[in-house]
Amino acid sequence: MEKFVKHTGLVAPLDRANVDTDQIIPKQFLKSIKRTGFGPNLFDEWRYLDEGYPGQDNDARPKNPDFVLNKPQYQGASVLITRRNFGCGSSREHAPWALMDFGFKAIIAPSYADIFYNNCFKNGLLPIVLPDATVENLFKAEAASDDFRLTVDLENQQVLTPDGEALPFDIDGFRKHCLLNGLDEIGLSLQQADAIRAYESRRQAAEPWVFQEPQQQ
Amino acid sequence: MAGKTLYDKLWDAHLVAEREDGSALIYIDRQIIHEVTSPQAFEGLRLAGRQPWRAGASVATIDHNVPTTPFDSAADIEDETSRIQVTTLQDNTREFGITEYGIGDVRQGIVHVMAPEQGAVLPGMTVVCGDSHTSTNGALACLAHGIGTSEVEHVLATQTLVASKMKNMRVQVDGDLGPGVTAKDVVLHIIGVIGTAGGTGHAIEFAGSAIRSLSLEGRMTVCNMSIEAGARAGMVAVDDTTIEYVRGRPAAPKGADWDKAEAYWRTLVSDDDAVFDTEVKIDAADIRPQVSWGTSPEMVVAVDALLPDPDAEQDEVKRSGMQRAYEYMGLEPGIKVSDIRVDRVFIGSCTNSRIEDLRAAAEVVKGRKKADSVKQVLVVPGSGVVKQQAEREGLDKIFLEAGFEWRQPGCSMCLAMNPDRLQPGEHCASTSNRNFEGRQGNGGRTHLVSPAMAAAAAVAGHFVDIRDLDA
Ligand code: SF4
Repeated sequence: MEKFVKHTGLVAPLDRANVDTDQIIPKQFLKSIKRTGFGPNLFDEWRYLDEGYPGQDNDARPKNPDFVLNKPQYQGASVLITRRNFGCGSSREHAPWALMDFGFKAIIAPSYADIFYNNCFKNGLLPIVLPDATVENLFKAEAASDDFRLTVDLENQQVLTPDGEALPFDIDGFRKHCLLNGLDEIGLSLQQADAIRAYESRRQAAEPWVFQEPQQQ
Repeated sequence: MAGKTLYDKLWDAHLVAEREDGSALIYIDRQIIHEVTSPQAFEGLRLAGRQPWRAGASVATIDHNVPTTPFDSAADIEDETSRIQVTTLQDNTREFGITEYGIGDVRQGIVHVMAPEQGAVLPGMTVVCGDSHTSTNGALACLAHGIGTSEVEHVLATQTLVASKMKNMRVQVDGDLGPGVTAKDVVLHIIGVIGTAGGTGHAIEFAGSAIRSLSLEGRMTVCNMSIEAGARAGMVAVDDTTIEYVRGRPAAPKGADWDKAEAYWRTLVSDDDAVFDTEVKIDAADIRPQVSWGTSPEMVVAVDALLPDPDAEQDEVKRSGMQRAYEYMGLEPGIKVSDIRVDRVFIGSCTNSRIEDLRAAAEVVKGRKKADSVKQVLVVPGSGVVKQQAEREGLDKIFLEAGFEWRQPGCSMCLAMNPDRLQPGEHCASTSNRNFEGRQGNGGRTHLVSPAMAAAAAVAGHFVDIRDLDA
């Protein structure tokens, strides 16, 4: 997994609540068996005026000039600010894959859907929770500035504004540790192989039916 | 000390190790796998040179991509990318020794319909799948929830999941359900009350006499949509209904094991003195047949209500969401639900494609015909087993005589990854679970309803109050 320590980047505002994973990456793009290449189809239905399908030449498609990520001032954005319950809907990890492939490194919102939130950490994308009022202020500050950049400092758990204000955020200690060091979670869990085996033999004695295998024939 | 909730008990029973920071390693009893969210997980195993920890703990099937018109082999799947996903799953399950119910197998179907049907999911299990509606299985008093693809790989490799304990929430629905009110209406009503983020961070236990009165299949419909209420997991405690559902399933325990299992399963209820972090109480008498009007499952009204006025909404973020939804849906505030015309109807999905759902739809349709203005009515059973049973009961004939289409099992128009989809601007009465923009096809407009309400709309050409039809 990619490390995340500190990042400064251009901010793009997506002023909507309840942005669902079907919007982040529509289902026709889930047919890929890879983890990469989803960026051009991030927010596909909002970004383009025609209907997208896999394998298209996306550069040749008509773009929606009103959609925020198509505006010239947001080219190269790497921090997304948005509203509550971001990433609701399906469990598709293609959503964080698409956001990262597009170039986002961090998201700031008042809240996230649980599975999406979890999926971000597995890929080195940092979802930051800030209070409603703070996010509102960021939207206002962004609107008032031509080139609004934020610095996300994971080590010290704060977002730094251009005015020098430090906005603290909370994050689970284990996730922070994995992100800072780019750790492979599977490798970490396998260090507990003995505990897993011990657990299995206890369970197998008490509830053998749990270990019955589904029959192929 | 306070007693334990059902969720506390399931959590404690699966704890392998706890970490200092409060996260934990929990054991996963069953992983269910489908073609869309697994290829990158198998690829990850291969790249790291890892083998599944316990291949027999997983079971796979194909559902999201499969055509619902008859086909004999993967080569018959026209769409190349769909075909590649289907064959990739075949290759991966063979390579890693995982059981797959594939093309032509009567057990093939939507993951959340197939697994409980086969007894692959039993009370007290932890169940995961790379699919958010895994919560469906919680109806069997399981801790069941969706996971991402990295976690699919993690579970394959370690048979565990890194998890943090969720909060406890109880949604208690007491009283008698009125005529025409189904499990689907109960859960849509709940989402209307608590909102699509109402259960975020929680595991929901659905309780109360109205929930108890539901069949196990009805409870699955309720637990299925926990995720639309923001909760990854929903569950219902064990009672006689649970035990009777499991008895005799192919992978259910037999003989002495059964007795031992049943005795244990009966303990899977919340203690009387258990404490919930969040409690919601709902009077069953307040629930009427529901229809969603907008682009979020919380945008739902009773069939005899008028569409809500955004100007009356105090919350600014919500108000702009409603305005945007009206624009997308091509509807006006204040109109009657019965004024919404329907272009297509979809009866299926992991929410409502089990045998009881098909029976409920058939009962409405029997002796009636699809309205001429309705372009298409798809009936898509949740699994080959459901399809067989429906045909045994002659339900397929009832649907075909009414001008409906009787299809092969799969997810179909629930998410339109296969050829079944809406055209831009079309309104659909759908028994599925998500009315997001474009979910059923680019520009399509979804209205979530129960199977009986969907069937009635197909006959009338617009939404009708199922209770009027009964009279
Ligand atoms: S039926 Fe719909 S919601 Fe259910 S698993 Fe399939 S796509 Fe997902």
